[in-house]
Amino acid sequence: MRSTRAVEISTGLFVLLGFAALFFLVTQITNRDLSLNGGASYEVYAEFDNIGSLRPGAAVSMAGVTVGRVESIRFDQDIYKAVVRMRINSAYDRIPADSDASIMTSGLLGGQYVGLTPGGEDTYLADGDRIEFVQDALVLENLINQLVANFGRRDGRDDGSER
Amino acid sequence: MNLLRELFETLRAFVAAVGAVTLFLVRVLGQAPRALVRPGLIVDQVHNVGALSLVIIMTCGLFVGMVLGLQGYDLLQRFGSEDALGTGATLALLKELGPVVTALLFAGRAGTALASEIGLMRATDQLTAMEMMAVDPIRRVVAPRFLGGAIAVPLLTVIFISIGIFGVQLIGVQQFGVDTAAFWSQMRASVDMNDVLEGVIKGCVFGVACSLVAVYEGYTATPTPEGVGRATTRTVVISAVLTLILDYMLTAVML
Amino acid sequence: MTDASEADSIVEIRDVHYSVGDREIFSGLNMTVPRGRITAIMGPSGTGKTTLLRLITGQIKPDRGVILFDGHEVPRLKRRELYALRRRMGMLFQNGALLTDMDVFENVAFPLREHTDLPESLIRQIVLTKLQAVGLRGAVRLMPSELSGGMARRVALARAMATDPDLLIYDEPFAGLDPISMGMIVRLVRRMNNALGLTSIVVSHDVQELAELADMSYIISGGKVVAAGSFGELRAHNSQIVNQFLEGLPDGPVPFHYPAPDYYEQLLADREPETANTSTGTGS
Repeated sequence: MRSTRAVEISTGLFVLLGFAALFFLVTQITNRDLSLNGGASYEVYAEFDNIGSLRPGAAVSMAGVTVGRVESIRFDQDIYKAVVRMRINSAYDRIPADSDASIMTSGLLGGQYVGLTPGGEDTYLADGDRIEFVQDALVLENLINQLVANFGRRDGRDDGSER
Repeated sequence: MNLLRELFETLRAFVAAVGAVTLFLVRVLGQAPRALVRPGLIVDQVHNVGALSLVIIMTCGLFVGMVLGLQGYDLLQRFGSEDALGTGATLALLKELGPVVTALLFAGRAGTALASEIGLMRATDQLTAMEMMAVDPIRRVVAPRFLGGAIAVPLLTVIFISIGIFGVQLIGVQQFGVDTAAFWSQMRASVDMNDVLEGVIKGCVFGVACSLVAVYEGYTATPTPEGVGRATTRTVVISAVLTLILDYMLTAVML
Repeated sequence: MTDASEADSIVEIRDVHYSVGDREIFSGLNMTVPRGRITAIMGPSGTGKTTLLRLITGQIKPDRGVILFDGHEVPRLKRRELYALRRRMGMLFQNGALLTDMDVFENVAFPLREHTDLPESLIRQIVLTKLQAVGLRGAVRLMPSELSGGMARRVALARAMATDPDLLIYDEPFAGLDPISMGMIVRLVRRMNNALGLTSIVVSHDVQELAELADMSYIISGGKVVAAGSFGELRAHNSQIVNQFLEGLPDGPVPFHYPAPDYYEQLLADREPETANTSTGTGS
């Protein structure tokens, strides 16, 4: 009977270790704490000319703190803009109505997220509101084009001065 | 003409083998509920294949993670994005390396043991003896081992991944000084539940596939020492190939 | 052929044909196993004695013919019915076929645990009784790997007896045993049969032991029963094959030489030896 107990104990340890690992993966690796499925929340939306590579599920943050997530993105044929619906945690219920939403990139290779910069109004965003002031995603190609153009001009000048 | 016939024969044998394995799976699954009535047998097998593979899985997970840390850091620092190390390595472990390497290790460690154990039982008439005692060896021997393997592999997979992330962290943060906060927060920001789910699903599928291959090869082994040896070898080869093919298909579906 | 009355037979085989690929193993086999007796099945190696046991126990199905076990047609039974029938049969394999991951006690207890819900104390009692009968009560905690060949076979016998079957089948019970172990097995077979009133089928080619043991004997060769009866009757049989078998003559109807082209011609011929294309001989 002793050997049976040993089998049970080591199997139990193995299974528990497996579940502990799963728990670790689910809670520590993912941003599960931000999922707003459970808690109260409200929805706002904004219209962008270009959202870059923003995806549903991306973070909505203020001053670097995540306050919500991107719920859905769709293209509106009437205004030719991308409509981004965002779900904000109800704990953050005093975001000025004239806040501006911009699509930012975390690091060069990081994912994109929506950054909210507070405005100055006394009225606050509520469910179904539209964020009027938006800033589109920085498109890498445009940036590089500007950069190349700049360099090109400077290089040209340098070349000229050297001669 | 001869070549064509040979090709046809090979194809026919392949189709027949697929059919045989499928029918075998149906038989095993048919007996599974009756095997579940005695969980003790399955616990024994989870212990056999799972707990005994634990050390090798953890060792390999650690080293795979550390290698990922080295390579990932070297790659990312060329772009100045070392902070993305956590994200990149974790996704690689979750989606590919974890499930695939675990399945390959399982096939090598536990799959061969299963195949040779069942093959030897066949070679020494133990399976026939069971049948003569009116005990279905599929229910008594094969189903518990199959279920044990199918349960153990997903667990081993998540353990492998967790240890692997620890290994990445060890190299990235401890050795190269990637910012701990950046490492974890970037990871958390870009890894979501679906990625974890993908790893777990792959682990489950590979577990079923590799366990099935092992018990099938053992059960149908020619009852001679060479036959058992061949079954063991085939278990590793078929499991490995099958794992990689399934991996491609699952990735294509879930990406 | 059969001199036992049909009503009192436990196994009956009528006109059974069986072949593997192109090789015909049985072509019209007839046999009756009388209830409560020890029946010996003998024959040269490769005549399909083990195959016959597999047919009787329903592990394989014949191409043609009838196999009855206590009135049930074995090849036609469904899996469930076959398993129910097999609980009434015990089989002793050549090497014992003990389950290697369990000790002696668990091996004997195995069929009880699988088929009954008996309390542990009762199982213990039955197992010890059976082991006592084969003289191995002291070996309960040994693993199969620690047993000698003869001991393994005695444990297997205890296991086969555990569910009190009606029919016990011994596949080559004497093969590879030393004379002492052989004597023990012979005595056990006889005692089991007499004391418990069961029927035994012994497949073997150890003529001496069988002569001591069998009430009824069959000699199979070339896919048919070539002789049947008590040992006295067999010895009086005038067929060559029976004589060759019982006397252990090296050559006879079962040839010493595997079929081959003519020796003289082959030695004279310059070319590489051809593969045999003769059709003589009885095959393997």
